[in-house]
Amino acid sequence: MTPGVLEVCDAIRSGKLSAAESVAEAFRQLKRVEPALQATSQLLEETALARAAEIDRQLGRGEEVGRLAGVPFTAKDNICTREGTTTAGSRILENYRAPYDATVVERLQKEGAICVAKTNMDEFGMGSSTENSGTVGPTKNPWKTTHVPGGSSGGAAALAASTRGMLHLGSDTGGSIRQPAAYCGATGLKPTYGRVSRYGLLAFASSLDQIGVLQASALECACALSVIAGNDPMDSTSADEPTRDYANEVEHGVEGLKIGVPHEYFPEGIDPEVSERAREGIETFRKLGVEIHEVSLPHTPYANPTYVLISAAEASSNLARYDGVHYGYRASAPRGVIDLYSRSRVEGFGPEVKRRIMVGNFVLSAGYYDAFYNKACKVRQLIRQDFDKVFREVDAVICPTSPVTAFPIGERIDDPLKLYAVDALTVPANLASVPGVSFPCGFTRDKLPVGLQIYGRLFEDGKMLRLAHAFQKATSHHLTPPPVRGF
Amino acid sequence: MAEQESKQIGKVAPFEAVIGLEVHVQLNTRTKMFCGCENRFGAEPNTLVCPVCLGHPGSLPVINKKAIECSVTVGLACGCDIAGSTKFDRKNYYYPDLPKNYQISQYDMPLCKGGGVLIHVGEEERRIRLTRIHLEEDAGKNIHSETEPESWVDLNRTGVPLLEIVSEPDLRTPEEAGAYLRMLRLIMLYLGVSDGNMEEGSLRCDVNVSIRPSGSEQLETRTEIKNLNSFTNVEKALAHEIRRQVKVRSQGEEIVQQTLLFDPERGETRAMRGKEEAHDYRYLPDPDLAPLKLGEEWVEGLRATLPELPIAKYERFQESFGLSAYLAGILHRDPALAAFFEESVQLYNKPQPVANWVVNAVLEETHTRGRPVSEIGLSPQRLAELVRSIDEGKVSNQKARDVFKALLGNEKGVEEVIKSLGLEQISDDSLLKEVVEEVIKAHPGPVDDVRQGKKNSINFLVGQVMKRTRGQANPGMVMKMIEKSVGE
Repeated sequence: MTPGVLEVCDAIRSGKLSAAESVAEAFRQLKRVEPALQATSQLLEETALARAAEIDRQLGRGEEVGRLAGVPFTAKDNICTREGTTTAGSRILENYRAPYDATVVERLQKEGAICVAKTNMDEFGMGSSTENSGTVGPTKNPWKTTHVPGGSSGGAAALAASTRGMLHLGSDTGGSIRQPAAYCGATGLKPTYGRVSRYGLLAFASSLDQIGVLQASALECACALSVIAGNDPMDSTSADEPTRDYANEVEHGVEGLKIGVPHEYFPEGIDPEVSERAREGIETFRKLGVEIHEVSLPHTPYANPTYVLISAAEASSNLARYDGVHYGYRASAPRGVIDLYSRSRVEGFGPEVKRRIMVGNFVLSAGYYDAFYNKACKVRQLIRQDFDKVFREVDAVICPTSPVTAFPIGERIDDPLKLYAVDALTVPANLASVPGVSFPCGFTRDKLPVGLQIYGRLFEDGKMLRLAHAFQKATSHHLTPPPVRGF
Repeated sequence: MAEQESKQIGKVAPFEAVIGLEVHVQLNTRTKMFCGCENRFGAEPNTLVCPVCLGHPGSLPVINKKAIECSVTVGLACGCDIAGSTKFDRKNYYYPDLPKNYQISQYDMPLCKGGGVLIHVGEEERRIRLTRIHLEEDAGKNIHSETEPESWVDLNRTGVPLLEIVSEPDLRTPEEAGAYLRMLRLIMLYLGVSDGNMEEGSLRCDVNVSIRPSGSEQLETRTEIKNLNSFTNVEKALAHEIRRQVKVRSQGEEIVQQTLLFDPERGETRAMRGKEEAHDYRYLPDPDLAPLKLGEEWVEGLRATLPELPIAKYERFQESFGLSAYLAGILHRDPALAAFFEESVQLYNKPQPVANWVVNAVLEETHTRGRPVSEIGLSPQRLAELVRSIDEGKVSNQKARDVFKALLGNEKGVEEVIKSLGLEQISDDSLLKEVVEEVIKAHPGPVDDVRQGKKNSINFLVGQVMKRTRGQANPGMVMKMIEKSVGE
């Protein structure tokens, strides 16, 4: 069996595998799946191999090389890396080279991990299918290449399912890690807001964005979180909370823990197969000695519209900087500065991004602010209170990740509301800042993976991963290989 | 005289002017408001920049605590209410000198509210109320080529902490506006939070002005004047604009709300090019910055460290040192000069002559050299020594000015300098007596006058003695000798 991240770590540390071999294996896998999946926007082969050689030399000299020495990782294309370009899947940042590494990238590299690729995504994270990639086109689902991998971290999710022995950084604003993880049969972790520094993450909606990872297992997620979590003086929204050795914490048992099942997360219109697999998954937890409670998060139905308003408002301001003046795409032969702004943005942004900027500008406008943005902020408070209340009774909440499974490419892209609907069960975590993890709990008759999701209390990412890990020790869904794979 | 007239224009019946100022003060913190870049004027363009102040994708702002501290200090000095909790908001608008296309500012929860500033205009003391003080980041600077259709942008200034101080429309004349602006600058200098340099743009001012029938309480349509880069220009622009508005109203027309630019060369205001658009800045709380809580204890700690403020110093100099309002006025307007004066007085406790020397000789020297008092090569010790030498009769008041000049940048002691210049005062009885007798003999007329009680003639005789001794005689002694001699 192709080794996972932990095995790669051990093999390199014990000298059974060199960093160069580990990186070469990563590229072998990436190149093998790329023609079918179109999951990456860029391979960073030259710099990765050079870095691997350096780590091997350090290993040879017996120097300290870090906890993830020689482990390859990919970064979603909205995470800044000095190497290669950082485009957030947008034409407006075509050829943009970040002048600095994101804090997460810095932390991984400090522990010896090596960036091998940038992964494809919906432009600026806006989308749930990776069909909105303005740079490389849609990524395909490794279980069925006619289907979407979910999004916006679709490239990372496709790779998490179809390759082994790498870490995949993604970002989650309304489900962009968990939903594609569910669609691709991967395990996707969105940590507590503030757990991981956002410095170097191209902002979509700053109060919702959080960097996380997409992996083959909860254990790998925990392993990555131990490295990327922690306060960052460069991000004032990053938390002071102490971090833990999450990889160690997940091994603790789950017997006696209480999880709540909110009936609002099995809404009308949910795919019956999703509902069934989720219920089966919940039964598995009961068998593991976890107490199952019915709970209610009554404001759940308002989460999606609230999310749409808040994320669009923040996005309209965050994306104002892409104007053709200082960096990125610039329209040719502008007639004056207004024309330069206008045409650079019209030509550089895709339709979904434009739609959200328009919505955002509208809801922040004088006269509409109170009715929309302000109202949305108030509802957000109610949604937070729902969680505060439920978490006084249970340790975690469990629910399906998405009301549907991966859908065919092109099916929803022309109907934004239909596309937004697939986020309904993931956006509450971002609105409430709580951590969420999605992991496979079975398959549909069409052999498409179904994701189960656990929400934890604020900064109890470890306990949440402990539940997911216990589930994965008892089941084998996460080990089932997809038809398209590089291992 | 014409100047005086124009300053008074605001109070000319039947109209009175209603003026409010928006003052921007760059704080002189070591680093910028939201990043670690150096905050400095005059560097090569675009050398004091980083991903944060360049607004690069993915970069995030972090609040400079020192800037908050400076702002709260200003608020405390102006008697404002300091917010217990506050936040930063984004003001969204597009401009090439604003790399993020939003400015981090404060909208509905400013750091400071209320308060006021005392000003003196002539004999009158007035308190100008403040609406609010808030903290924001400065924008960069667009530079337009005069020959080519090219524009450049320098982002060194981007992200410099900028305090916006908004006054109530309490000012009535250009002169009051000037006094208020000067007092604000002085408060900044006293607190040491800004250089207050209008030419370099660390102090900037926009004014709002309207006119109304004298005695009316109503606020009427106002105009805003921007681009005022000196105290005189603020006064001139206001005088011009008030005159213009009076003319418009006198002709029975309405004032149009608009933004005007002041052209200092022509002394006129003119409307900004293009149609006035109603800006919608689509403010939103900056989600990158957590709301800020200011602990009461922390604020009180800052209050305890507040230095003496200009008005307090002005009053104390009159009360404790017996100085005239004139002398106290000059001294308190330059905190360095005031400190120099106080140090000198501590060393030689004769405030009146010391103040005279500071306000005349020392100040003149700083003006001639265009340097602060710390850079003219004279310590308070040596000034104190000089004034003492005069009082002790070692040098005449008249000749002391030469000694003063010689002392600048000189290492020698005062007495040594007096000697080396040959300016020792003649206080030797026998020497002086000889000269006095000569003068009395030579001027029998004035001597008679003195005998008949014409006091002025004594001064003439003293002058004659001084002339013969080339100013070195001790005039006090000479006077006594003449009185005695004539009386005999």
